[in-house]
Amino acid sequence: MIFPQKDQSKKSESFISNDEKQVVIGKGFDDTLSIDEQLREWLTGRMLLFDELPFPVEYIEQQIRLGFCTSYHGIERKGNHYICNRCKNTDLSLFSPFPCARCQKECVYCRSCLMMGRVSECTPLVTWSGLEISFSYPNSLHWKGGLSPSQKEASEKIINVIKNGGDLLLWAVCGAGKTEMLFEGIAHGLERGKRIAIATPRADVVLELTPRIKQAFPDVPVISLYGGSEDRHRFAPLVITTTHQLLRFERAFDVMIIDEVDAFPFSADEMLQKAAEKAKKKDGSLIFLTATPEEKWQRECISGKRNCVILPARYHRHRIPIPKFHWCGNWKGAIQKGRIPQSILVWFRKRLEMGKQAFIFFPEIQWMERALPLFQHYAPEIEAVHSEDPQRKEKVQKFREGNIPILLTTTILERGVTIPNIDVAVVGAESEIFTESALVQIAGRVGRSPQFPTGDITFFHYGKTRAMIRARNQLLRMNREARRKGLIDD
Amino acid sequence: MDIYEKNRCFLCQGNIKREISWVGFFLNQGEFYLCEKCEKKLEKIRGEKCSLCSRPMEKLPAKFKKEAICYDCYLWEKEEKWRGVLEKNISLYVYNEFMAELIARFKYRGDYVLAKIFAADIKGVLQRNEFDLIVPIPLSNERLFERGFNQAEALAREAGMHPVSILSRIHSEKQAKKSRQERIHLPEVFSVTNPIQVKEKTVLLIDDIYTTGSTLRHAAYVLKKAGAKRVQSLTIARG
Repeated sequence: MIFPQKDQSKKSESFISNDEKQVVIGKGFDDTLSIDEQLREWLTGRMLLFDELPFPVEYIEQQIRLGFCTSYHGIERKGNHYICNRCKNTDLSLFSPFPCARCQKECVYCRSCLMMGRVSECTPLVTWSGLEISFSYPNSLHWKGGLSPSQKEASEKIINVIKNGGDLLLWAVCGAGKTEMLFEGIAHGLERGKRIAIATPRADVVLELTPRIKQAFPDVPVISLYGGSEDRHRFAPLVITTTHQLLRFERAFDVMIIDEVDAFPFSADEMLQKAAEKAKKKDGSLIFLTATPEEKWQRECISGKRNCVILPARYHRHRIPIPKFHWCGNWKGAIQKGRIPQSILVWFRKRLEMGKQAFIFFPEIQWMERALPLFQHYAPEIEAVHSEDPQRKEKVQKFREGNIPILLTTTILERGVTIPNIDVAVVGAESEIFTESALVQIAGRVGRSPQFPTGDITFFHYGKTRAMIRARNQLLRMNREARRKGLIDD
Repeated sequence: MDIYEKNRCFLCQGNIKREISWVGFFLNQGEFYLCEKCEKKLEKIRGEKCSLCSRPMEKLPAKFKKEAICYDCYLWEKEEKWRGVLEKNISLYVYNEFMAELIARFKYRGDYVLAKIFAADIKGVLQRNEFDLIVPIPLSNERLFERGFNQAEALAREAGMHPVSILSRIHSEKQAKKSRQERIHLPEVFSVTNPIQVKEKTVLLIDDIYTTGSTLRHAAYVLKKAGAKRVQSLTIARG
């Protein structure tokens, strides 16, 4: 989009403050003017830069004067502080001035949400303030599957929160069937005209989730949003999105469901957490899904301070495999000397002999690549993957097809990957990168399918850590809880 | 004491922890903008390079070399119109994947502060050479409005230079989408807005990246025609 360059006086004139807008409406709304449906689709619940809209600036300004849209300053100065109205960043080190060619002044911009298009003092953000789009989809759920009694219980709680607002944490072990538990609640919300977002930190999860949701709700418009998505101008009652794209929304959703709250980058990025808060309507419902909540949340759940449902068992009614700890000595030293530590070697050769597939997790790419030839010595088909590997997808696919006996990996495969019958080892489990939640997720790769509900998970370590112990305790507690509730048969 | 504790890396937001040395203290190396990990990914142009355009030549097959210059420069210099127009180009870094990302973030996403990363290097070049005029490659008005700043000018300013805008762009299309042939045979792209200022001066052109050298040569050509004595150029990356 190319805008004609304008002089500054004209520009400042055109951003009407809220009071002025009220006056315009007060003078009598011109009802011969109808709503621009296209603009409404673009802007409902969204907060966008002029540059993100395919309409001429003059047109948007006219719509603002008519009261259909409202504009806000991109960045507001409050005393010595700044606040970015898109990402709510207030960290001074993430603001910087630059000589701006648009406003011809030193203009402060936000570095926190820069990757979504630069917001600066002279770039206004526009929202829709006209009549909202209303909808209702009764009986929208076409899913034929059934829920287990414990899934049913969780589903009830979700419906309740969607009905009455508030927040809920759904703490369900890996493989509990979280998505299915949402369906009833979503159907309920859609019937009552509630706009629903399912947000997740990872774009690949968005892509995986979208067809499942579309299949369950075939008559409801569903859009999926991620960087470069084709749906970014569309309105839909049901939105599946990355947590980053939530930055473009403002008070949009009655129901905000955040999947894998503990996953990177959401858990580490305050900006994304603020974005989720901003994208939700004030009295809306907030639902978190996770298999591994952070420590503080766990405590709040257990002490009853946080509204939560715990699902301690997998839908296939088998217990979760518990990790074994195995001291392996200075494994880095051993690899440097060109050998695999004895205990790991024994474990590894046993899988090879049995012909059972396995993941071996490493804390760092560098060590994994050094170890790879040592493993390949026993079976040349062994491969290694990491996040920057261009053949990442192909290798995982080859593993899935059974053409790779053992796959060395970094934490990229810690979640989301379901392969029926595998064992898992973690080398260097004492590393900082293996947090409690990472270890629980890794252990969760084992015994996923009802045909092969068991498997071996071993943490090879050079000194036990708190995270390892907490991870094991968490899984033990889940199994105990499940047994008490009669959710597993063993 | 860790006085840099609060500094965060411009690119990865990680903490910058640097050893404080006496050398650094006395030479006043000033602030660090990148953490060591990110800085290592920047690859300085070292060793054998084209004496004309700074292209790294160590890994270049022999057929792309002509004595001390690369084959591209040889082709340019063969044509009478272009011979000696651009006396020399100095590039600082190899245009690797990391640099590509950095430049994209800097100029397309508009992260102005990243210009600071190169300030010290650019100052270094200026200390070793003398120029009368520092001229950034201009953007068209549309592009300037879209981006909010001219990346070449930002690089010069952040290095403490006083760039003068004596060039303007006639043509406005993006270069990145064109082939080498298309770029070389463009009609004039630039004009000199104030020719008197250029007479008998040595000029340093500034840009972010040297790819085929066509932009810089077109700019150098009009400057020479307007009476500049010598024209050299400085870019942070050599594509």
